Amino acid sequence: MTYSYPILTYTIFLPLIGAVLLLFIDKEKHNAIRWTSAFFSFITLIMTLVILKDFDWTTAQMQFMETHSWIPAIGSNYILGVDGISVPMLVLTSLISLIAIVISFNITKRVKEYFVFFLLLECGMIGVFAALDFFLFYVFWEIMLVPMYFLIGIWGGPQREYAAIKFFLYTLFGSIFMLVAILILYFTSEPHTLSMMELIQIGPSFSHNIQIMAFAFFFIAFAIKVPVWPFHTWLPDAHVQAPTAISIILAAVLLKMGTYGMLRISWPMLPEGIQYFSVPIAILGVIAIIYGALVSLAQKDLKKLVAYSSVSHMGYCMLALAAYTSVTAMAGCMFQMISHGLITGALFLLVGVLYDRAHTREIAAFGGIGKKLPVYTALMVMFGMASLGLPGMSGFISEFMVFVGSFDHFWAEYWYIVALAILGVVLTAAYILRMIQNVFLGEFDEERWGHLTDINIRETLCVAPLAVLTIIFGIYPDPVIKLMEASLNNLVTLMAR
Amino acid sequence: MPLLAFAVIIFFTRWKESLSSYISIGAIVLGWLASIWIMIEIVSHGGHFVNVERAFSIVTLGAFNLQLGFVVDPVAAMMLIVVTTVSACVQIYSIGYMHGDPRFSRYFAYLSLFTFSMLGLVLANNFFLIFIFWELVGLTSYLLIGFWFEKKSASDAGKKAFITTKIGDLGFLLGLMLMYLWIGTFDYDEVFAVVNSGAVETWKLTFIGICIFCGAVGKSAQFPLHVWLPDAMEGPTPVSALIHAATMVAAGVYLVAKAMTFYVASPTAAMTVAWIGLWTSFFAASIALVQNDIKRVLAFSTLSQLGYMIMALGLTNFGAGTFHLMTHAFFKALLFLGAGSVIHAVHTNDINLMGGLLKKMKKTGGTFFVACLAIAGIFPLAGFWSKDEIIAATAGHPVFMVVASLVAFMTAFYMFRLFFKTFTGEPRDQEKYDHAHESPNTMTYPLIFLATLAVCAGWVGIPGIKGYSSYIFAYGGHAHIPHAHWDVMIISTVLALMGIGLAYMMYYKKSISADAMAERFGFLYRLFYNKYYIDELYDVVLIQPCYKFARFLWSFDANVVDGLVNLQATITMWLSDVKYWIDQNIVDGIVNGFGLFFDSASSALRKIQSGRLAHYLLAVVFGLILIGLLATSNLFNWTLIRVGQ
Repeated sequence: MTYSYPILTYTIFLPLIGAVLLLFIDKEKHNAIRWTSAFFSFITLIMTLVILKDFDWTTAQMQFMETHSWIPAIGSNYILGVDGISVPMLVLTSLISLIAIVISFNITKRVKEYFVFFLLLECGMIGVFAALDFFLFYVFWEIMLVPMYFLIGIWGGPQREYAAIKFFLYTLFGSIFMLVAILILYFTSEPHTLSMMELIQIGPSFSHNIQIMAFAFFFIAFAIKVPVWPFHTWLPDAHVQAPTAISIILAAVLLKMGTYGMLRISWPMLPEGIQYFSVPIAILGVIAIIYGALVSLAQKDLKKLVAYSSVSHMGYCMLALAAYTSVTAMAGCMFQMISHGLITGALFLLVGVLYDRAHTREIAAFGGIGKKLPVYTALMVMFGMASLGLPGMSGFISEFMVFVGSFDHFWAEYWYIVALAILGVVLTAAYILRMIQNVFLGEFDEERWGHLTDINIRETLCVAPLAVLTIIFGIYPDPVIKLMEASLNNLVTLMAR
Repeated sequence: MPLLAFAVIIFFTRWKESLSSYISIGAIVLGWLASIWIMIEIVSHGGHFVNVERAFSIVTLGAFNLQLGFVVDPVAAMMLIVVTTVSACVQIYSIGYMHGDPRFSRYFAYLSLFTFSMLGLVLANNFFLIFIFWELVGLTSYLLIGFWFEKKSASDAGKKAFITTKIGDLGFLLGLMLMYLWIGTFDYDEVFAVVNSGAVETWKLTFIGICIFCGAVGKSAQFPLHVWLPDAMEGPTPVSALIHAATMVAAGVYLVAKAMTFYVASPTAAMTVAWIGLWTSFFAASIALVQNDIKRVLAFSTLSQLGYMIMALGLTNFGAGTFHLMTHAFFKALLFLGAGSVIHAVHTNDINLMGGLLKKMKKTGGTFFVACLAIAGIFPLAGFWSKDEIIAATAGHPVFMVVASLVAFMTAFYMFRLFFKTFTGEPRDQEKYDHAHESPNTMTYPLIFLATLAVCAGWVGIPGIKGYSSYIFAYGGHAHIPHAHWDVMIISTVLALMGIGLAYMMYYKKSISADAMAERFGFLYRLFYNKYYIDELYDVVLIQPCYKFARFLWSFDANVVDGLVNLQATITMWLSDVKYWIDQNIVDGIVNGFGLFFDSASSALRKIQSGRLAHYLLAVVFGLILIGLLATSNLFNWTLIRVGQ
């Protein structure tokens, strides 16, 4: 499907236009600022939905392509395009952004700057998922970092500056590796090119060593973003210190960029790399699953618990990614990315709701608040159950597909890696139930928590779409799978080269 | 239908208590009528009525296909009736029992959700779908055990139940993976066709069979994952009756029955199942002998009876296992509801504080007595017929035969110990006795109804009557035809009567002192009373180390993994300090030195133009490199450390 107008460009730069517009609004007019940014974010969501509607899922071809010469000196072009891997991510990003903006309505500190940064961030995120040129990709990748740095550093918790700098430097450290890898590919390709599609075509012709090296560099860059154990320690700090909306964005979108980068770039482009590193990556994935779950079990801070659960859940993605011959595993990985975005996004949102009221996130400080906040508790229990992979919720489908797919791939030699990963299911149940019990069940301290109020309408409206999607995808995931199927089949073929 | 009720109750009628219970009960009664209708259809079609209502793919990806589909076969129809009957009775009973509870509506919503999941489990047409509902019943069980969540023990028990069964479910999940890998489908018919064709090696079938059985071990609380069931008695008693006695715990048995083909194909898997069942039945019965909490005695009795069914299935006697599943559901639900009625009256679970209640609670006591007879296996009650078949199934396996008979004796003994201590003799706590009263009609009518079933349900399996049972409990085309095993019948009846007699002497006539017995077998008594110390063992061996390891990993994460990151930062900062010093003293010194040097020597060396240029260039390059290094590393670390502190 082609349009008479460049829909992807519009989608990417709409938030940017919004940000620019915001600059002209009086900074005291908080509501005007809030509603303007929500409006632009909403239109962006509509745009991505239009893309979704007109997307042809029967083919693995890139669609809505836009190609313009950009910096001819280095052969960089402005290329945009989407396929079945990026479309779901685009929709997820715009949906989560809108929700995060609405949930940020209670921000009162430097409102204007906050929303300007936020829209800039959204522009960067959508750009990453649509860029098909390395230079452009890198630019969007870095554009995202700056607003993120400020959003954590200014509006975060007590240790926000440490967390912001740690996040920034850690990711920048990864970016350097990515840059090196890009340069390796650029100079190896003949004629030199930065186009991802072209490099995917010629990638397998590169020598084994080049492939391995570029793959390893890309892997470090993306692994930091995912984050893969042992590159994960920026995550708990960033999550805990970041304001609620940013935690949601971090969990639901930013982490996915790592796995997206792998699926889009290093996996299909450097098939010998993934073939070579498959087992170590699977092992890292399993370590993340078990390790993340165990560390969650020991957490005293609610938000940190959710943060480590992200480490554990992204481990499933890595395990699936390692099983590069199985379409089921790839689909499981994609589905896990989506469902983790919905579920963990919702969990961070809910933790933020509680923190706004109680001003603490210490698990031990609560107890029995299920009595006082029934609706909130029901939502939290629901998402907790979704997180531990209860059937009927999207998390179960993705976990199941990840297990089936990776079993399919690994069973002949390394079946025990997958078998070990299944253990993570019990540990997840343990930390989620422990959290539910300590926070919501038990004796209620009327004196201390008597003033708590249940979740309000704005917050409920923010959670509702996540809840509905979690359940719909849990019961009928087929549309999402169909959306990705052609592209993933193509991906597996590419990796088998 | 119950799902609809759940949604309606949750969203609309939270504040109208009576309405929610009526909606819930209305739904279940409709479900009950539907299951009766299905049963009639099946009977009129001679057992060949298999109705695939709908199969619907939720995921198709190449060969990977997950379906939602429902199928009714005779066993499913039998389970439908059991589930809806018990559920209806329990819900009606709950109106009385839960009267005045602040979360009355929610209770009915959960019950409806449970019934929905259980019916889904029964009707599923493939192993994947059964797993989905399997987990959902686990969820409702968790919610209902912890229903009175203000009590720490209740929320603990809920958590324990969920996690323990989840461990079993891991096995189930692994079994599903292997099934997909080796057989390539989850659909019952297709799986069984492949298994029967012999295309898959036996060791693989053994593996899958044992993995699936792990799920049943968790759900049906077989040894060694039985620990959650006794604790689950923290839930409201009607819940114990419905979920933890009659239906959900029987799901494990149902699963093994459904997967029977695997056990027929793999004797190793079958014998594993049989041994676990046998051991559980004995082990739990021995614990039940000495417990004093009325619900715990019943819980261990449930364990023991489930072990019986599992054992029968392990001996690949499909009919005996499923038949006992049905009869047990009725009389065990009755026992629990009776116990609930007693608890409702005296507000304690401790049988040492009861006694003589028969005078005050005639209906409860009477129906309880019927149930005790039924479970003990006295002619002609339900338990007699099914238990007889199980013991007959052990023929040819002497160990099984002896232990199973012993368990029958023990069962009769502990059930009547319970009965005599609760309902006969002198009241041991006068105050509680005075307050005791018969329960309201909403509670006693379900008791009477179930008591009728406890008497009659076994009659479908009377040997010689070639009735419905021949195909309801049939497996794989072999009609289930009960044979009369006179020897077994006589032996088991005698054993049961001996058990009852012993209980009568000890707890009614008191001609044998129970305390003296406990003294004499002190070691065994303590072992049984403390449930073989299994809970303590798990706590020491598994749970504490797990928490310790978790805490260790956390500190490892904070100190080592993150420590490395911070150490890296510290080192770079130190390096940058060094470079700063170099920059200040050496680089700048050289520059200054050059300046000085040139200043003072310029006049003298003015003529050596080329040398000066080369030196100058060298200095510039050297300086640039250092400045470049400095700029990056300083920015990098100075900020990090400053802010970090």
